[in-house]
Amino acid sequence: MTTQQYDAIVIGGGHNGLTAAAYLAKAGRKTLVLERRHVLGGAAVSEELYPGFTFSVCSYVVSLFRPHIIRELNLAKHGMEIIPLEASYLPLPDGDSLCRWADPHETRREIARFSKRDAEVYPEFGMAMNKLAQFARHIIDNKAPDPTSTRISDLMQLLKLSKAFNQLDPDLMQLNMQLLTMSAVEFLDLWFESPVLKSPMSVSGIIGTFLGVRSPGTAYVLLHHYMGEIDGAFRSWGFSKGGTGQISNAIANAARSFGAEIRTEAPVDRILIERGRAVGVVLPNGDEIRAKTVISGLDPHRTFLGLVGEKNLDPEFTTQIKRFKMRGSSGKVNLAVDRLPQFRDGRTGTHHLRGDVAIAPSIDYLETAYDQAKYGDFSSRPYLNVVIPSLVDPSVAPPGKHIISCFVQYAPYDIKEGASYWPNRREAFGDAVVDTLAEYCPGLKESILYRQVLTPWDLEQEFGLTEGNIFHGELSPEQLLFNRPASGWARYQTPIRNLWMCGSGTHPGGGIMAAPGELAAKTMLTSGAV
Amino acid sequence: MPIPTPFHPRTSELCRSYRYKDWSGYIAVCAYATYADREYFAFRYAAGLIDVTPLFKYDVTGPDAASFLARVMARDIRKLKAQQVSYACWCDEDGKLLDDGTVWRIDDNHYRVTAADHHLAWFHRNTAGLNVTITDVTDSIAALSLQGPLSREILNHATGSVVDGLRFFRLTNTNIANRDVIITRTGYTGDLGYEIWTASEDALAVYDAIYEAGTPLGMQPAGLDAMDITRIEAGFILNGVDYFSANHCLIESRKSTPLEADLAWTVQLNREPFIGQAALKAEKARGQDRAFVGLVMEWDEFEAHFAEHGLPPEICSAAWRDPIPIYDTLGNHVGQATSGAWSPMLKKNLALATVKAEFATPGTQLRMETTVEYVRKTVPVTVTEKPFYNPERKRK
Ligand SMILES: Cc1cc2nc3c(=O)[nH]c(=O)nc-3n(C[C@H](O)[C@H](O)[C@H](O)COP(=O)(O)OP(=O)(O)OC[C@H]3O[C@@H](n4cnc5c(N)ncnc54)[C@H](O)[C@@H]3O)c2cc1C
Repeated sequence: MTTQQYDAIVIGGGHNGLTAAAYLAKAGRKTLVLERRHVLGGAAVSEELYPGFTFSVCSYVVSLFRPHIIRELNLAKHGMEIIPLEASYLPLPDGDSLCRWADPHETRREIARFSKRDAEVYPEFGMAMNKLAQFARHIIDNKAPDPTSTRISDLMQLLKLSKAFNQLDPDLMQLNMQLLTMSAVEFLDLWFESPVLKSPMSVSGIIGTFLGVRSPGTAYVLLHHYMGEIDGAFRSWGFSKGGTGQISNAIANAARSFGAEIRTEAPVDRILIERGRAVGVVLPNGDEIRAKTVISGLDPHRTFLGLVGEKNLDPEFTTQIKRFKMRGSSGKVNLAVDRLPQFRDGRTGTHHLRGDVAIAPSIDYLETAYDQAKYGDFSSRPYLNVVIPSLVDPSVAPPGKHIISCFVQYAPYDIKEGASYWPNRREAFGDAVVDTLAEYCPGLKESILYRQVLTPWDLEQEFGLTEGNIFHGELSPEQLLFNRPASGWARYQTPIRNLWMCGSGTHPGGGIMAAPGELAAKTMLTSGAV
Repeated sequence: MPIPTPFHPRTSELCRSYRYKDWSGYIAVCAYATYADREYFAFRYAAGLIDVTPLFKYDVTGPDAASFLARVMARDIRKLKAQQVSYACWCDEDGKLLDDGTVWRIDDNHYRVTAADHHLAWFHRNTAGLNVTITDVTDSIAALSLQGPLSREILNHATGSVVDGLRFFRLTNTNIANRDVIITRTGYTGDLGYEIWTASEDALAVYDAIYEAGTPLGMQPAGLDAMDITRIEAGFILNGVDYFSANHCLIESRKSTPLEADLAWTVQLNREPFIGQAALKAEKARGQDRAFVGLVMEWDEFEAHFAEHGLPPEICSAAWRDPIPIYDTLGNHVGQATSGAWSPMLKKNLALATVKAEFATPGTQLRMETTVEYVRKTVPVTVTEKPFYNPERKRK
């Protein structure tokens, strides 16, 4: 059976798919979004898993979201509200702690307890990273550059071609070079002496990668995490009111207001390809929906190896896609608790908890956590990034009760028993996370009302993230820019005519950013593809 | 959240206005009363006592202390004699200002630096090959500034006449209320004045003794608002307001050189290498692009703008620091005024400004933006030598 014709079908109602749909609909294109799950948002999703508790099931904080998209799609009107994080808190095993605040002097005093010198270098570091991030921002707000040569070794040369890069002063150019080649720890060693400061800072370099803080290339990812922080330390990391799903809902509302049609529980079985062109999609029941263009918001593996199929692809392209590293390394544990967690240090009040809490007591701790993962185990004492969104946004939990969201690394997709064995280890993994946090928060275990444990296997099965990779592919330097997801195919176009990509596996990459969706739609529109 | 200084138990009791601000992470009084007039006039006619603990303070010791300071400062600190204080600035490699402050030689191999910004890490980066120890004493040393014509008399009361012979920009080790203090004859008001430095734990005893000695002579506790007017009258530049430390600048055009900040008199170019020397020499040879100048507003046209609306001219009782564009007489933008105030002593509107170098000669007529009844106007201003106000007693 054939139904009506659309200008564009977007596969996947993640925030990027929804963004692409909103821009296409805004431009007057007849657009349909098909989402496999019963809720929209993909990895930016809110779900009431336990009565009265709304969980940001996967992603939990926002910073990279492009502000112009909020304006262009009028997302504030459609329900997107961001509340800033106030602090970054690191409890230590000896009962001490370090808290970094928006107030620079307060932060300086905190760091000075561990190193007076680092306390002063800290704002200098922030300034240097901000300067670089400004340059990087120029990159993420534009299509990937078109390289003359596509080898990774030419990356630096290409960057030098950019006008923005030439405006960087020589010190910054050198910094940029270091960022591309060094490990997060090596890079931070150039600046800081105190391990207490370095370990929580280094973890930004490993988020979503199967690399350790001492692995080369992780320095670059640090920068990625500074891009959202233009106006001062922590201010621009934020909670989305109602959970990160509200961002997706706001984009969906905007898309609908422009006339887009959005269906949930509507998985796509495969992309309909006729004479090398995408002409629509096929649903599991065999129904076909035809469209002038098809845009996939799924990761590159799922799009090409799943929905397109190898038989429709050039073998060399297939090889590139297969080589695109997914290797998920993180999990998530969400807790509903009946009281606020009490950390062991003597801090009173709750200000220090109104941001993120890092369990990253030392570089060696992080490296040991990685070692276990390298040999096919989850970390028995993992790195945790914890937030308590209910403290800042009381709408997500009943009065006095709280949500504790724990982002966990490392949880390798390929455990030694094989990925599909994960369900048998899920609760042991959950226990390791709770035990770890409880070492800093006595009384935690008794306060738990409900626990959700997401392993990389679950992220793949439930959220469609291949190998559980949270960013649709690692954000390592060789998988960015004109190599994301494959060299020659970094501008949302694919080898299949009329098939486009718009997910986190495309430039500029993962995170709740909406840039891939926006740039994909704008590229399609300006090139007259739709 | 800012923290209290060691004087807070006293100053907070006196501060009826509840007007505080964050000064380098400390709670600092803006004004003890709703208006700062009483405090301002105390500075000029009796004495004002202000808590300046938030200044950054570094002790520099060791055999190479002088060499180190000569390397980082634009001034040749090796010329400083024991018990002498000097005013200095320091720059990055490109000769762009990082900060300005005082350097004191407490004794042979013991120096102290006061600064508006923190520099411990930067100092450390420049110690290579030198036997020098730098200690941040910001938190352990409390500081008071006692400024005004009666400050000498008050301190003589409090110390038993030791400051009588203390010359301008000298220091002495003495005691107040049996507590060790260092007194420097320095300040930020351009008047006769002293600064008193003591261990934090002795702060309250010292404060009480000075308060007791000063009160009968009309001394007032004073806040930052009053001091800001006096420092503008004195023509003193302020880091973070009139120029920006190169460390905090995202763009080159925001940075300044000592020449541009009118601090050339503190720079000794022809000597052993110091940081920024080559760039500063090159700038001197080439000529500076901008200059930091004093401006005095011409009154009649200002008054006329108000008269048009049937209003008397409005005088602002506080200093301002929101930058205002400056134009030449043809209306071309030539710079910006970065702070200014009505001078109660001089009965003039004063401003401190950075303008293109060719407009820096005293007597040059320029125009400054002003807003009268919601409408933007310009008024004539004249480039004027600094300090605007310079009482003889300052140095005597
Ligand atoms: C545990 C976790 C924590 C994270 N934390 C953060 C964070 O704090 N901050 C941050 O910025 N980023 C975070 N991220 C990353 C961020 O969430 C993702 O990069 C981003 O949400 C991906 O958006 P997307 O639209 O590109 O893809 P997705 O959100 O993956 O959307 C793809 C959609 O396609 C659907 N789909 C899959 N197959 C089909 C099919 N066959 N037919 C129809 N639909 C299909 C999926 O159900 C999904 O809705 C996190 C991710 C995870 C997993």
